Amino acid sequence: MSEHISSVKLYVGIWLALMAGTILTVVVAGIDLGPLNPVMALAIATTKAVLVVLFFMHVKYAHEKLTKLVIVTAIFFFLILLALTMADYTTRLWT
Amino acid sequence: MHTSPPATVEGEAHENPALLHHFATEEQQKNAASLGMWLFLITEIMFFGGMFCAYLVYRYAYFGDFAAASSSLDLKLGTINTIVLIGSSLTVAMAIRCAQVGKQKAIVGYLVLTIILGVAFLGIKAIEYKQKFDEHHVPGLANFHLEGHVPRHADVPVNQNHAQIYFSLYFAMTGMHALHMIIGVGLFAYLTYKAYKGRYGPGYYTPLENGGLYWHFVDIVWIYLFPLLYLIDRHP
Repeated sequence: MSEHISSVKLYVGIWLALMAGTILTVVVAGIDLGPLNPVMALAIATTKAVLVVLFFMHVKYAHEKLTKLVIVTAIFFFLILLALTMADYTTRLWT
Repeated sequence: MHTSPPATVEGEAHENPALLHHFATEEQQKNAASLGMWLFLITEIMFFGGMFCAYLVYRYAYFGDFAAASSSLDLKLGTINTIVLIGSSLTVAMAIRCAQVGKQKAIVGYLVLTIILGVAFLGIKAIEYKQKFDEHHVPGLANFHLEGHVPRHADVPVNQNHAQIYFSLYFAMTGMHALHMIIGVGLFAYLTYKAYKGRYGPGYYTPLENGGLYWHFVDIVWIYLFPLLYLIDRHP
């Protein structure tokens, strides 16, 4: 089998990046960035999630393109759920 | 199922007994299993997605009360739990790597370590829940009360009903996450037993890989829950 085997160094590196992200998100939350606070929190969380998906879940090395398509589709439909819901709730001027 | 005799097609004998007869190659079998696992995880994204969506709607509507309620959570325990869970993701990745390179004993070690970290997470979560009960921060109970005012608005007291919505979402989301952790620990206990029996090695470790996908997914859910629930408004 032509299975990709990641090095221990890579795994530990990803782990360190995730730890750094955790500390960073707590530190950043303590600083007043105005409307950018939730943006920063989600940006850091998404960076961490992408690292986990690509390296720990081996999606970066997946031969099967279908797997990647399925993941992107799921994220797309989840964002539709959020976007259309908020398009409604943020524009109810009569309430 | 996995103990079925090696399949033979047109007199061709497969070397790997784990290869089921309806797959042409080991790689095809592995890809099919992986795709199936991802499809399951996608239903999980939509399952948690509904709760994230409800959270977003109410956070937008009652931001001040959500901010006050969020700051009542124990940030230290929440951070420790995030670190514990990230550590468990590393041990899962290492366990799979050990299977790939054929270190059978190390697989068991890393899996046991994963279970320990998973149980530690649940233990810390239980302490947090206990605190919430002691502080009367459990929605639906007659004694629910969240002291204080909306951040930076000393004259606006916390709306108790809105705070209860926050804690409803907090318990629903962390509770469902904890249930997934409990299932994950059970799953990994089974994987540990099989690994101990020497079932997994470079030729076959699909259950380990798919169990790992599940564990990492649950980790990702927490990666989002932590900032959204604990860090709404921590700045002065």
